[in-house]
Amino acid sequence: MLITCPYCGPRDVIEFTYQGDGNRQRPDPASQNFEAWNAYVYDRLNPAGEHNEIWQHSGGCRAHLRVVRNTLTHEISSVAFVRGDHGSAARRKAEDKA
Amino acid sequence: MMAEYSAFSLLANALKGNKDWKPAWRKPDPKASYDVVIIGGGGHGLATAYYLAKEHGITNVAVLEKGWLGSGNVGRNTTAVRSNYLLPANTRFYEHSMKLWENLSHELNYNVMFSQRGCLNLAHTPAQFDDYARRGNAMRHLGVDAELMTPAQIKRLIPALDVSGDARFPVVGGLMQRRAGTARHDAVAWGYARGADRRGVDIIENCEVTGFLRDGDSITGVTTSRGDIRAKKVAVAVAGSTGRVMQLAGIETMPIESHVLQAFVTESLKPFIDTVVTFGMGHFYMSQSDKGGLIYGGDIDGYNSYAQRGNLPIVDEVMSEMLALFPGLARVRMLRSWGGVCDMSMDGSPIITTGPLPGMYLNCGWCYGGFKATPASGWCFAWTIAKDQPHDLNAPFTLDRFHRGLMIDDKGQGANPRLH
Repeated sequence: MLITCPYCGPRDVIEFTYQGDGNRQRPDPASQNFEAWNAYVYDRLNPAGEHNEIWQHSGGCRAHLRVVRNTLTHEISSVAFVRGDHGSAARRKAEDKA
Repeated sequence: MMAEYSAFSLLANALKGNKDWKPAWRKPDPKASYDVVIIGGGGHGLATAYYLAKEHGITNVAVLEKGWLGSGNVGRNTTAVRSNYLLPANTRFYEHSMKLWENLSHELNYNVMFSQRGCLNLAHTPAQFDDYARRGNAMRHLGVDAELMTPAQIKRLIPALDVSGDARFPVVGGLMQRRAGTARHDAVAWGYARGADRRGVDIIENCEVTGFLRDGDSITGVTTSRGDIRAKKVAVAVAGSTGRVMQLAGIETMPIESHVLQAFVTESLKPFIDTVVTFGMGHFYMSQSDKGGLIYGGDIDGYNSYAQRGNLPIVDEVMSEMLALFPGLARVRMLRSWGGVCDMSMDGSPIITTGPLPGMYLNCGWCYGGFKATPASGWCFAWTIAKDQPHDLNAPFTLDRFHRGLMIDDKGQGANPRLH
């Protein structure tokens, strides 16, 4: 399985750490909404098909990535930085290099 | 009932050219309705059907299997059977399973080749050895056998193991459960299938459940690729497909992630190791089959998957772990590898419960320990279905335990399925 890091390019999956389901919504840290915290910690959509997930390029640029991957075929349809601003910073860096 | 398989019947059939054997199970068409429909013809579903018929006299039962019988995890695991857990809920449950295993071939009149060759967990640091002593004590406290072994004793038991101080991860001791061992996994599926079939259970293969019949909230049956089937009770025992099947019932989220676990077998060797051994500095386990192949595996791949095949990093890791323990296996060829889809729960422990909808019963969350649980899982699930309440042994394995803060986290990993 290859993941195309937007910064580093296509790299083997061994360079990445799976951070899990990207659909989960972390409640506000001050929130005391028990149900929302319970859902965040324990409940998973676990789809058979396209799955929205978070990976970290821990053996590379260390960026956190939002990956859409098919759990039936392991095919990856999109990879983006989790944070938009990280994306623009990375682009600037890439332009500097060029 | 008279034993179908005996020395006499083997001989008699051999003399007649083996033409008169009855098929081990019929191939019936589904009826319009049953008392109980079990979704999933794996080990757990078949065991559930068997114990429903045998222990509770409920024989108007269908087991629906999407593919062929035993095509899922019951035929894909590495066959280890053990009850060496730390937490009482797990220890009691798996020990009940162990006791059922010990009599299973006799009970089913089907040789499941249960071999109590022992399971040895290797410790590689003094702290780990202390931790194993704690677990061993916890086991003995509940009447389960456990013994600590020294490196010298381990060397006598497994001569091929590198226990020298020069090993990559020196062995400082181990925790042995002598009553643990292996069983022939296909025979377990076939034996339970035959036992259930002979008591009147319909085993229906190539029958995929496509939806649920409902009356308000209640589940009243299933729609399948072979027509609608009504049932007073619908039991779900579909392991890695739990999320998919529950979504058909309108339950969007579960405390389950499906992950792929790979397993491997080498070419046949002469007798090399006569126990199950596990590596403590990573995650690796190995035994030798009666055909001579070394059967082994390690961690799950670590990302959601329904693919029944994994990727190369885990292959590389498992081989490295094997060679750290047994450098002498470096030139043995791997024959086959495969993957199975595991229903990883949020605390590493299973769920056997009534609900979550009226008329429905749920058995899932086996992570990658489901094979050894097969007899007790079926036994407890049958009890739960028949009596509409859990047996004491599976009462802790509820679906709402996460919500209520009653996790059973044997490894203490938290709600992180890829680490269980």
